[in-house]
Amino acid sequence: MDLSMKWLNDYVKADMPAKEFADKMTMGGSKVETWHNMSEPLSNIVVAKVISLERHPDSEKLWICQLDAGQGEPVQIVTAAQNLFEGAIVPACLHNSVIADGTKITKGKLRGVASNGMMCSYAELGLTPGDFSYPVADDGILILNDDPDIEKMPVGTDIRKALEIDDTIVEFEITNNRPDCLSVLGLAQEAAAVFDVPLNVKEPEYKTAGGNINDELTVRVENPKLCSRYMAALVKNVKIGPSPRWMARRLRASGVRPINNLVDITNFVMLEYGHPMHAFDLRYVEDNIITVRNAKAGETLKLLDEMAEPVKLSEEMLIIADGKKPIAIAGVMGGEHSGIMDDTTTVVFEAACFDGVSVRRTAKKVGERTEASSRFEKGLNPVNAEKALKRALELIDILGCGEITDGIIDVKSGEYEPERLKLDHKKVNELLGSDISDEEQRGILKRLGFGIEGDELIVPPTRIDMHLPCDIAEEVARIYGYNNIASTVPKLSCQGKRTERQKFEDKATSIALSLGFYEIMTYSFISPKDYELLGMKQEQRRSVVIRNPLGEDTSVMRTSPLTSMMEVIKRNYNNRNMAARFFETARAYFPNGENELPDEKDYLCFGLYGAGEDFFTAKGAIEELLEKLGIENAEFTADSDEPIYHPGRCARITVGENELGYVGQIHPSAAAAFDVGVEVYCAVIAIDKAYESMGGDVKYSALPKFPASSRDLSLVCDDGVTNGEIISVIKKNAKHLEAVRLFDIYKGEQVPEGKKSLSYTLTFRKKDATLTDEEADASVAKVLKALEAVGVVLR
Amino acid sequence: MKEQLQNIEKEALAAIGACGGLKELDALRVKYLGKKGELTAILKSMGSLSAEERPAMGQLANTVRKNLEEAVNSKNSELNSAALDAKLKAEKVDVTLPGRTRPIGVRHPLNIVLDELKEIFRGMGYTVVDGPEVEETKYVFDMLNTDEGHPARDEQDTFYITDKILLRTQTSSVQIREMLAHKPPIAIISPGRVYRSDTVDATHSPIFHQCEGLVIDKKITFGDLKGTLEMFAKRLYGEDIKLRFRPHHFPYTEPSAEVDLQCFKCHGEGCPLCKGEGWIEMLGSGLVHPQVLINCGIDPNEYSGFAFGIGLERIVMMRYNIDDMRLLYENDIRFLSQFR
Repeated sequence: MDLSMKWLNDYVKADMPAKEFADKMTMGGSKVETWHNMSEPLSNIVVAKVISLERHPDSEKLWICQLDAGQGEPVQIVTAAQNLFEGAIVPACLHNSVIADGTKITKGKLRGVASNGMMCSYAELGLTPGDFSYPVADDGILILNDDPDIEKMPVGTDIRKALEIDDTIVEFEITNNRPDCLSVLGLAQEAAAVFDVPLNVKEPEYKTAGGNINDELTVRVENPKLCSRYMAALVKNVKIGPSPRWMARRLRASGVRPINNLVDITNFVMLEYGHPMHAFDLRYVEDNIITVRNAKAGETLKLLDEMAEPVKLSEEMLIIADGKKPIAIAGVMGGEHSGIMDDTTTVVFEAACFDGVSVRRTAKKVGERTEASSRFEKGLNPVNAEKALKRALELIDILGCGEITDGIIDVKSGEYEPERLKLDHKKVNELLGSDISDEEQRGILKRLGFGIEGDELIVPPTRIDMHLPCDIAEEVARIYGYNNIASTVPKLSCQGKRTERQKFEDKATSIALSLGFYEIMTYSFISPKDYELLGMKQEQRRSVVIRNPLGEDTSVMRTSPLTSMMEVIKRNYNNRNMAARFFETARAYFPNGENELPDEKDYLCFGLYGAGEDFFTAKGAIEELLEKLGIENAEFTADSDEPIYHPGRCARITVGENELGYVGQIHPSAAAAFDVGVEVYCAVIAIDKAYESMGGDVKYSALPKFPASSRDLSLVCDDGVTNGEIISVIKKNAKHLEAVRLFDIYKGEQVPEGKKSLSYTLTFRKKDATLTDEEADASVAKVLKALEAVGVVLR
Repeated sequence: MKEQLQNIEKEALAAIGACGGLKELDALRVKYLGKKGELTAILKSMGSLSAEERPAMGQLANTVRKNLEEAVNSKNSELNSAALDAKLKAEKVDVTLPGRTRPIGVRHPLNIVLDELKEIFRGMGYTVVDGPEVEETKYVFDMLNTDEGHPARDEQDTFYITDKILLRTQTSSVQIREMLAHKPPIAIISPGRVYRSDTVDATHSPIFHQCEGLVIDKKITFGDLKGTLEMFAKRLYGEDIKLRFRPHHFPYTEPSAEVDLQCFKCHGEGCPLCKGEGWIEMLGSGLVHPQVLINCGIDPNEYSGFAFGIGLERIVMMRYNIDDMRLLYENDIRFLSQFR
């Protein structure tokens, strides 16, 4: 909402620097976005009179003018304009002046003759012909001699003042609970409260010219549910013409283009009272009947808007019809013949209350969200409709542009009853934690335009947001000053703590960081093509689909954190970051039935690539993570069925029955699909499964009292035998075994083709005595025998 | 004999003094003090002396022995210490060469700041709760007084899955779930990701993070809201920081306030960071609307509460001078490794 300070000052005295006004209004609840002066950047341009005019000696086009610019001495200006004459009143840009486009004007010489500035056109003042009530030249200097206010602009007057363009425009951000502030009067009421000054609004008054409206017009409301009040007034013998300067300027300041006095009056009233109006030319109201009804199937209407095609009306739309046909869509827009034309003589003013929801739906359906419809949408009241209509008639009277027929047609369903709330200053203080006296509270509410009767607060009809004690508290608080309310800290009886699961997740994060992984954060919606790139199984691709995505790239909720991880690795690889370790605590989404919420699961997702990284660095990180999280006995089983991973370099991670996830090399084809030219290793761990697999509390075991003995075994076996198999045979058969550790793998000269050599250190210890060599040897012998049975022999 | 002893002493001391190595020293010790050494040989011949001479010679011999032993010991430690010096000298390293380590990773900057927020609020007695991101409209809009027709529900602003299911636009849905599940007192924060249909640019992202807070108890006031947020801001930005509470409107709070932070760069003078305003918009807040309490089965006559919502990205970007939000989601390691 753009507010003209001049307009505001018609109703309240708020004469102060714009910054101070803006700050105080903002802190009082009406947020000011910005402000500017309408005349910016004009400066040093004055009203001047052409005293004399002579041809330039060296030019056929140039004129040398002597101007009286109120400077004492005449000012000489050379011009190429051809519409000047002696006695012409013109805007003169003196030395060091600025015109509308920001150009600075300084003195100089034109073909050897001194010129101390220039004279300018309306465009160079940033104006349009519509800003003048008389014809102005498009090509040439603005001549002010015909100006009705010429008496008020002696030579030397600043042009901004002379043409009344020295107005400050303040732009407010109005929240949608306060449609009343989308009007000059609404903001004037706020300003009156904020600055504690009186609001000077009087009831509109006007003279009528006799007759009786009921003899000339009939109004029927067929759907009172959607139209709670319809008021109409009649103005005859209208004189269509330009609006006076004060009205045109106020409209312009509010961002509305002046058109003609009658149209301008409806716009002016809408801006001032916040209530949209419409003006019909009675010639085009057939049978002199206005019917407010729902449209009939098949009806169409060509709108005022320059749309080629008439709009199709449908039965839920509320329209205004004459005796034969629709002439306007209620609260949205008039039909093409309903408006004011240059030869209009009799005008019907409409001020009505249409249902907000209905107007919104209709406006949306016909694709015409207008200034009027957006106001009706927010809910307008019948009291204001009457005030607005009367104000329009008052303006007819002030402008002297028509004769008002006696009487107003008023079709309404029931009388308006203002909302009444109980005043309870204690409740207000209880909510605010303040100590504002009853008297002060009542004073604030009166300043805001509320009526008070005993302990009852009477809500002005424009205030649709007032229903509860907390609403009263906000009114009191914002005018009293939010920042004047003492700050306290509640004594909470709650304890701030982390849940066990949160502790687990925090710990997992710390471990991941200490293992060298950088934490990433990625979008949780992805492109369905990413599943394709990664080669995920069909059943893993069933996703929660966004109905209105920004684009295909972000159209489904991911079912795996891996696509996002691969995107990040791709970006880093393409940016020539040659190695990296990443992890993310990432959520994935698994659809259930329609209109059922999906399952959301959190994962720890790891990704690593670059020199030195291989399957075992990835696996080692996961082993370390699981161990330090207290997850014992994690098993890594070869899995070649996950198409995302390299079939020979992928392990499924399980703890007992719990499937924790996978670790492996991303399938080279998938990595290539993501444009990554190196081996990429990833792991995904389901946090809930890992949490369930966590062991119990740590119990210390006594440090050994007796020495250990160790034996190194170099074994030879077929290539296909795994370390896991050998270890499990050793563990099963070795008595007194404390630990077994692989320390070498060898393939080559001394080992036959198709075989490999694995070397282990076995450590033996007894808890209660020193282990003898014989006992150790016996244990090794048993192990070797068992190994032999599965084809593993001593080298 | 006396002369003999004195000669040995003189000769031995000279030899020990001139000795340059530990092995040589040991040879000298054996030569003079060993079982078959020269001094021992003389002592063995003491028996041939007269009874008068013996004590004096004995004493002299012992003194010589003592002197030689001391000389050997002292030379020994002298040589040891020289050997250690030489070794240390040889072991000298260039301490400016780089150290070797397995570098550790870094938390994402959004989480660095979120961790701080969590710690501040946990310290004030809050617990951290989580909830679904794909959510029912009733928890995101209906129960928060945001009726059908409210602009926030527009398809232009919100990602919908179906008419009834959407991607949450705020984490207030978690607060509703919490109020439905637990009786007051409630003191929670609900950090998490939220979704709005904004095209990606330097200051917009369709996914961003909020940290919302909710307190419900008996006699919670607007003053409590102010005090809480002031304490929070001081913990986050230091004791000198100033807040300003500005009236605003949210459908789910009444009274509502937007909270501005006095620009920490210019201290209110006006600078490019605060766009000349001296204040930076930080969060939205207010007393929980009684209808919201009723919707969640809480009696507004018995309980009251406040709620607030903080945008995480904004705080992170201001703190680290990040001028493009996209960097936070691109995860280039050259960006990530700048934090700690």
